Amino acid sequence: MTAPAAAPPRSYRVIARVPEAPDTATIVLEPVRSALPPFAPGQFAMVYAFGVGDIPLSVSGIDGDRLTHTVRNVGAISAALHGLEAGATVGVRGPFGTGWELPSAAGRDLLVVAGGIGLAPLRPLVRAALAAPPEYGRPNVLIGSRTPRDLLYVPETRAWGRSARVLVTVDRPDDRWNGEVGVVTTLLDRADFDPTTAAAFICGPEPMIRATAAELVHRGTDPDRIAVSLERTMHCAIGHCGHCQLGPLLLCRDGPVVTWTAARALLLVREL
Amino acid sequence: MTPLQRGFLGALPPGHRDRLAAFARDVSIPAGTRIFEEGGSADRFWIIRSGGAALDVHVPGRRPAVVETLGEGDLLGWSWLFEPYRWHLGARARSTLLAAEFDAGRVRAACAQDPAFGLAVTHGVAAVIARRLAATRARLLDLYAPPGTDTGGTAG
Amino acid sequence: MATDGSSPVVIGKDGLDALIATLTGRGRTVIGPTVRDGAIVLAEISGGGELPYGRGVELEAGTYRLRERQDGAAFAHSAGPQSWKTFLHPPRVREWSAERTPDGDLVVTEDDTVAPSYAFLGVRPCDLRAIAIQDRVLTGGRYTDPSYQGRRERAFLVAVECTEPGATCFCVSMGTGPATGPGYDLALTEVVDADGHRFLVRAGSEEGASVLAELPQRAADPATATAARERVAQAADRMGRSMPLVDLQTLMRETLTAERWDDVAARCLTCGNCTMVCPTCFCTSTEDVTDLTGDHAERWRHWESCFDLDFSHLPTGPVRESPRSRYRQWATHKLGTWFDQFGSSGCVGCGRCIVWCPVGIDITEEAHALDRERAARPPDGTGPS
Repeated sequence: MTAPAAAPPRSYRVIARVPEAPDTATIVLEPVRSALPPFAPGQFAMVYAFGVGDIPLSVSGIDGDRLTHTVRNVGAISAALHGLEAGATVGVRGPFGTGWELPSAAGRDLLVVAGGIGLAPLRPLVRAALAAPPEYGRPNVLIGSRTPRDLLYVPETRAWGRSARVLVTVDRPDDRWNGEVGVVTTLLDRADFDPTTAAAFICGPEPMIRATAAELVHRGTDPDRIAVSLERTMHCAIGHCGHCQLGPLLLCRDGPVVTWTAARALLLVREL
Repeated sequence: MTPLQRGFLGALPPGHRDRLAAFARDVSIPAGTRIFEEGGSADRFWIIRSGGAALDVHVPGRRPAVVETLGEGDLLGWSWLFEPYRWHLGARARSTLLAAEFDAGRVRAACAQDPAFGLAVTHGVAAVIARRLAATRARLLDLYAPPGTDTGGTAG
Repeated sequence: MATDGSSPVVIGKDGLDALIATLTGRGRTVIGPTVRDGAIVLAEISGGGELPYGRGVELEAGTYRLRERQDGAAFAHSAGPQSWKTFLHPPRVREWSAERTPDGDLVVTEDDTVAPSYAFLGVRPCDLRAIAIQDRVLTGGRYTDPSYQGRRERAFLVAVECTEPGATCFCVSMGTGPATGPGYDLALTEVVDADGHRFLVRAGSEEGASVLAELPQRAADPATATAARERVAQAADRMGRSMPLVDLQTLMRETLTAERWDDVAARCLTCGNCTMVCPTCFCTSTEDVTDLTGDHAERWRHWESCFDLDFSHLPTGPVRESPRSRYRQWATHKLGTWFDQFGSSGCVGCGRCIVWCPVGIDITEEAHALDRERAARPPDGTGPS
């Protein structure tokens, strides 16, 4: 056997915590001793809250050895991680899974579509794409959110507007919201891209992914060039526990990023 | 492509599109203008060339609640096609709006006179309504809501 | 290193006793079949007298009964309620422990329990394949499972070819038996006839050959070799069950929305027995515990079943909420998507899931029903895949 043995978590310290939304915070982690191998945009880590357990969290930022994760408080483990302050330690395993295939999009218009917390795994992709603009066509970032208060990374997404078309919409505006209201798919009408050649990257709740990908295919986008990031339960993250199966896929290994070609039929089968 | 070619108008067969376009006149609506009021007479409609509009509902004691925004290429107004020809929602210009404005009475008369044209226009408007219905249903799901708030699901 | 193909030898019951003694003498814990609580279980044995001589089993869907055998054979019984995964991939394993230090650091220690050195006596060809399948899952991917690998590397496998299939067996359909495939250290074929009670033995590894050399033996005579071959060949013709003669991976992919799943769901109790007795089912869940001080935590994993509602849990709820979807997940994984994930079938045809299902659900019957439903469907009614 040449494969390495599954490794236990490494110690990482929380060096910053940024509240993003009422139930969502971003934590920046730095290795206490040795760092894990480098993460790519779209990949995830298993982040362990001491004594509580670990959950898969996509990297929402990569800066040398530092890992950034955006955590939404939806359960016991995510609540523990969401509540960590700077100075706390966590355990981290990774990197796991497939990442966004940005190089394959060279020369094409980019369409990044995010729903809710789905913007987190897409942020490092947008950063990488905007850092190398001549390599890509027109960049578009379409963001859907529940309310204006739930919008993530607001100063940064505004700054992206200098070099990309950034369109934001909310489901439920408040009295101060002057932006768009409606589902994220309606933003496709205002995006600046050639659907027949563009490369699309989608992350959000599954119905949002289905609706967005179906609309793009209808407009002529090749399903092989639509990448989506999917979510299922994960315990081991190394293909040994069986929890993250989606039909033929083990999402910790074959995902979370898969092409729409691979995902479409699977997402149409109820309770697969 | 211009906004008029790729939006609602673009979906019409060319002959009918040209015929409908002949009814249009260009208008510019300043930002903030109330374009129509809920319950008002639906005697016109617009196809947006540039800028944005917000569809809203009047709620006593607060600013009008925006239920959807429209932009470039979108059809603004469909109540004019169906009796009693009254607006279901209100509309306001979110920014300076350049639009093609149509006299609803004249378009309805042309539809009545030429059933093939009427069918094409009705089909085009129905397609817009269908898309908005699908989008509205998607929002009804409240997909980004915190898990468990209204689904009763457990969380880990 | 393979000595497979070298001349087989013949040993007697005394040779079997010597085999157990030799393996024990080499520091191994010998696990073999023995009668306990009305079943033939797998447990540590210290001598040949503990083997189930003269015991057979009667199997049917939902039924398991011991019976006496007049021939006194030791291995003329088919699969019992356990499989070797109990030892190689134990039901509970501590993976690591963690300490929270006074300065807030996290110090993680891998579990350093020395893996036991097992010798498995009486590994059926179907179960030998099952071990190879778990090898692929737990050590053949990008990462290896250290607990499994440690136990697996140290395990000595004595295969016993199958001469007495049960009514629930279908190893021929799955291509796993009744003759043994590769992967054993020693392979035995039991022969009981007028010439006596004896075992034809072949070595499949250097260590197997070295162990074999220590046993009282004689060169294999043609009559014993022929009798052994014939008994295994006859066993192939006495399978109690069979799978439809179609590509099962395709069948599963094309019947995801079949009505048959509703039919089986009406019977299935979602108890998960089939997953516990299955020799290839590998799924686990993690469990984190802390001591009373709160500064010492441990990571455990335990067997988990895809029939458990929590298995597919997401923050919004379980993905597979209906029993229909959970049975379908198990069956389509076993027979279909296992190929996509790990390059082979996940079913070896041992029949345990049929025997130990409290309501007698039979995976072969379900596969036949799915095949019939697919055949009866109009051509344009192909599934969503």
